Amino acid sequence: MISREEILHQRTTAYGVRLRPETVTAWSFLLPTLLLLLVLAVYPLGYAFFLSMTDAQVSGPAHFVGLQNFVRLLRTAIFTLTLSNTIGYTLGAVAAKLVLGLVLALVLAQRAPGMRWIRGAVLIPWVVPTSLAMLAWTWMFDSTYSVINWVLMHLGAIAEPIAWLGTPRLARLAVVLVNVWSGLPFFGINFLAGLVTIPQELYEAGTVDGAGPIVRFRHITLPLLRPVLATVLLFSVVMTSSDFATVFVLTKGGPQNTTQILATLAYKLGLATGDLGNAAAISLYLFPILAISTYVQVRLMRRVWQW
Amino acid sequence: MVRSSRRRVAIAYLTAAPFVLFAVFPFIWMLVASLKQDVELYDLAQNPFLVRAGITWEHYHFLFTHTAFPLWLRNSTVVAATTTAVSVLLAVLAAYALARLRFPLAEATTTFVFIVYLVPTTLLFLPLARLMAVFHLSNTLWSLIVTYPAFMVPFATWMLTAYFTTIPRDVEESALVDGCTRAGALRHVVLPLARPGIITAALFGFTLAYSEFIYSLTFISTTDLKTVTTGVVVDLIRGDFFYWGSLMGGALVASLPVVVLFSLFLDHYVAGLTAGAVRG
Repeated sequence: MISREEILHQRTTAYGVRLRPETVTAWSFLLPTLLLLLVLAVYPLGYAFFLSMTDAQVSGPAHFVGLQNFVRLLRTAIFTLTLSNTIGYTLGAVAAKLVLGLVLALVLAQRAPGMRWIRGAVLIPWVVPTSLAMLAWTWMFDSTYSVINWVLMHLGAIAEPIAWLGTPRLARLAVVLVNVWSGLPFFGINFLAGLVTIPQELYEAGTVDGAGPIVRFRHITLPLLRPVLATVLLFSVVMTSSDFATVFVLTKGGPQNTTQILATLAYKLGLATGDLGNAAAISLYLFPILAISTYVQVRLMRRVWQW
Repeated sequence: MVRSSRRRVAIAYLTAAPFVLFAVFPFIWMLVASLKQDVELYDLAQNPFLVRAGITWEHYHFLFTHTAFPLWLRNSTVVAATTTAVSVLLAVLAAYALARLRFPLAEATTTFVFIVYLVPTTLLFLPLARLMAVFHLSNTLWSLIVTYPAFMVPFATWMLTAYFTTIPRDVEESALVDGCTRAGALRHVVLPLARPGIITAALFGFTLAYSEFIYSLTFISTTDLKTVTTGVVVDLIRGDFFYWGSLMGGALVASLPVVVLFSLFLDHYVAGLTAGAVRG
């Protein structure tokens, strides 16, 4: 089939290479996007790597220092604390979102009038800007006026008000809880979407064979949900480990840096003290997580394509 | 079997209730705090769930007359609307090429866009801040209008590529046979068919841009130029004193635009979220 553009471009050659008209069209459609991404994503990422290997400050000349920043950071107490906080925050929040997300998906898969609106209500934490919602949580965790304390005290669970965001262990629990709050809808809805694709006949066959609900869940639901589980999990690991707004608004990394995570520490160092070299190095400690997750996701995607 | 189905519905509601309560309680709490008078809001002897002294609009009045809140709302809306328009336009072209055209490096380009889509903004805000300073865009709304598409376009492209592949090729090919160019076929044949996908991409783009925090926090320092996310969080808190009533009212009103869009286009959001969303 020969289209008009094919005739027009039939003799288009560049440096002796014949370009198919479709190729020319494709690249001209892609050009604005590729330029944008090169200038505002690829270049800044490369620039972050460059900064991380210098002693750059906000002003003044920068000197190349190699991997010194990365090495020295590992011997700095505040950084190792931040690194372990980030790992704990990510593991804790992702694990909780995974388990609760599965439960939520099963709950939302039930049939009842108005279920569409229940799904909508459950999704709201995902839609609302995180930083604004964090203000409500800051108020709910307030050392003096916490509604959570009021309820717990009236239930007789605690005798004294708790300083949620002022106590290291509780502050850590609080930031994880709030991250779960805002991230849970993403898990629940994606698992639900995976759930509804599982053929009903499989469950019927399972029931005929005498499988109870738990056995059916383990041997039918979970295996068939695996591709969705993997995608959501990898995605969430990247997003949770690089989270900023939750911690920045809720605790600013305190008390005594016990909730400090990589992004908030990089911000603090880069903007408050202007130590760009170290700040860039800190944020790049996120890079291995990103690289591994991206690699696995791209491989998973390829498999889907071949199939 | 009316009884068993009724029981099933009751179980559905009972099991959903804790999740719904967990999800919406912070917003109810914002509303309560924003309507209470200060004397009651800060009275520890009172039951915080009750409003006894009557509701007041003073927190909202303060917000709209004594703070830059209306400006922040305007800034956020302008930036989100502009960047959404630009991003969707770029993404439609890119996605069409990736979904429909055959060319060398097509698969590599798709992978590249996907990888960029995964790079979190927390990795880029420092170098971008420097870049904005070099281009003299720091502390202007332009810094946001220029940088937001960098995370919106990959996402929208990704979503639209998936959508375009679901549109049958036949219609488009007959247009090409009839002498339409690729651009013409895209405009007159594919775009009308892809409308639901484009609306979803635009809604997500707007929501993402409107919610963006770290770029706005880093690039903009003048109060009047802030977006609503950073304005409310940073500038409404003066020193150690928190105007909780206005703060909660501000957070609530600022959330309204996206919540309204969300309730109007619920199904689009669900479709977009499962197509691979950006936050989790």
